[in-house]
Amino acid sequence: MQEITYAQAVKDAMCEEMRRDPRVFLLGEDVGPYGGAFGVTRGMIDEFGPERVRDTPISEAAITGAAVGAAMTGMRPIVEIMFSDFITIAMDQLVNQAAKARYQFGGQTSVPMVLRTPEGCGTGAAAQHSQSVEAWVLNVAGLKVVAPATPADAKGLLKASIRDDNPVVFLEQKLLYRTKGEVPEGEHIVPLGEADVKRRGEDLTIVTYGRMVGRCLEVADGLAVEGIDVEVVDLRSLKPLDTTAIIASAKKTGHVLVVHEACQFGGFGGEIAATITDSEAFYYLDVPVRRLGGLDVPIPYNKTLEAGVVPTPERIAAAARSLVQ
Amino acid sequence: MLVPADKLRTMYQNMTTTRSFEEMAMRLFSLGKVHGTAHFCIGEEATAAGVCAAIESQDLIYATHRGHGQSISKGMDVNTMMAEFLGKATGVCKGKGGCMHIADVGAGNLGANGIVGGGIPIAVGAALSTAMQKIDRIVVCFFGDGASNQGTFHEALNLASVWRLPVLFVCINNQYGMSMHVSKSMNIVDISVRAASYGLPGRSVDGNDVVAVYEAAREARAFVITGGPFLLVLNTYRITGHSKSDAGLYRSKDEVESWKKKDPLRGFAAYLQEHGVCTAEEVKVMDAQGVSIVEKALAFAESSVEPSLDTVEDDVYA
Repeated sequence: MQEITYAQAVKDAMCEEMRRDPRVFLLGEDVGPYGGAFGVTRGMIDEFGPERVRDTPISEAAITGAAVGAAMTGMRPIVEIMFSDFITIAMDQLVNQAAKARYQFGGQTSVPMVLRTPEGCGTGAAAQHSQSVEAWVLNVAGLKVVAPATPADAKGLLKASIRDDNPVVFLEQKLLYRTKGEVPEGEHIVPLGEADVKRRGEDLTIVTYGRMVGRCLEVADGLAVEGIDVEVVDLRSLKPLDTTAIIASAKKTGHVLVVHEACQFGGFGGEIAATITDSEAFYYLDVPVRRLGGLDVPIPYNKTLEAGVVPTPERIAAAARSLVQ
Repeated sequence: MLVPADKLRTMYQNMTTTRSFEEMAMRLFSLGKVHGTAHFCIGEEATAAGVCAAIESQDLIYATHRGHGQSISKGMDVNTMMAEFLGKATGVCKGKGGCMHIADVGAGNLGANGIVGGGIPIAVGAALSTAMQKIDRIVVCFFGDGASNQGTFHEALNLASVWRLPVLFVCINNQYGMSMHVSKSMNIVDISVRAASYGLPGRSVDGNDVVAVYEAAREARAFVITGGPFLLVLNTYRITGHSKSDAGLYRSKDEVESWKKKDPLRGFAAYLQEHGVCTAEEVKVMDAQGVSIVEKALAFAESSVEPSLDTVEDDVYA
């Protein structure tokens, strides 16, 4: 096992797939010599050249649309959108074009592309560079949505996404880019649609994904000292969703807390909660499923305010205690 | 340029078949046989016929929501097109797209688009793919005057120019968005001047003159295959309404009548006879052939089954 950063894992996944398959290429703003706004693609242009690591003008709609057209005609593009907030500018291309081309043309075409984009707050970049956008795209038939929490999952899921024949929105967690973790050597693929139980426990299930996985694991360690045995289910891919894993854990513990950084109102947590209450797991619950998401506010600039917008360790722990006590 | 006689006949056949298709489609609406909407291209037939005759069979097109003529001129089977219009299982898109989303990938038609300007960046992507795979073809992107006011038009022309991609942008200026005249939607008269902003050549021609369209598209294609993107503007007129909901409140009958006098189909029929390409009788035969193709397509569509509800979740994902 090698220990590498999340950013390196993302880069390794792209490089390995580009070496394996000449149809795979990368396009995005400043992905060339600059190496991307977060340095993820640094050095790739040296190995693959400017044809396959394509710096683009600042034109998110054109970049995303170009990927759609390239994907429809035999290539397998990876688009980097510098901040997930900027998918707004590419939304028609993503939602009306990439997601729908196959269905509305009766299966005549497919759109094998990955849109990679960093999301989340914590960098002091304020309201237009800090959002968690998964709810915007999860409601669109035809897209797949992935949000890895560890370097190993980032690598394995990105390789699987690149090999997938559908448009995949790959939500990188920007605060995790510099975190390190063990990644298996050699070919490492994590199939889409398989959750991972990151911590086994008996008393309470926390269903989460992305940046909140690490935070929930830390909270779980603290709660263990108090005698609360927490299971942490990392969804990894949000669509397709591993409902089996969610339901199984809910049945086991009978207490479920859903945690995500994105706004709670209208957020994916509601879908997870409904997945449980719509299933036989409902009859195993001792208390209602509880959600803990971000506040319904734009992300503020001030460090203290920003930190308080998303689920804090204290709030997660308090919510967990309230469910089992 | 001497246009080969077989090209001239092909263009006329496609134009008259398109006209027949549109007239049949309108009749089907009035008979209440259509669930949905459609956008007719009567008056604009020369644009698609001229461009599609000028390109090569391996070239790809991206069509517009007003794309029946583009599909027919790119050689698609009218039977499966009519079946799609009527939402049948035998439709080219299995009844999932309707006539606003006709695609025939096998014929090189990568799809009509319901979003004005939505297809322009995608065509650029197909041209990028063409260049990266070193395929000998160009990509033709049809769109309208309205789309040239969308951000995607400007982003896509710029990107195609920067990367010198083999894409022919064809702007069908039919004078109107849904109801807004071009004189109110932009402060220029000649849309082709927009090409200069992005460092690519642009040219406007009479879109009702199919020979002029063919010649301009032929020259543009020769440029595109080695020189990169080109903007070709075809000035024409939408004689029919925007869609079936159009009550014609935004333009005068006199204006429409004056354009009917410039009907591209009648003008071209006269041209063919004046230049000894066809006799009057041969023109009538082609007209009858168009009607026959469409009537057979209708019979095919009407005898086809509806898609089963069991198929409704098919093809969301590959």
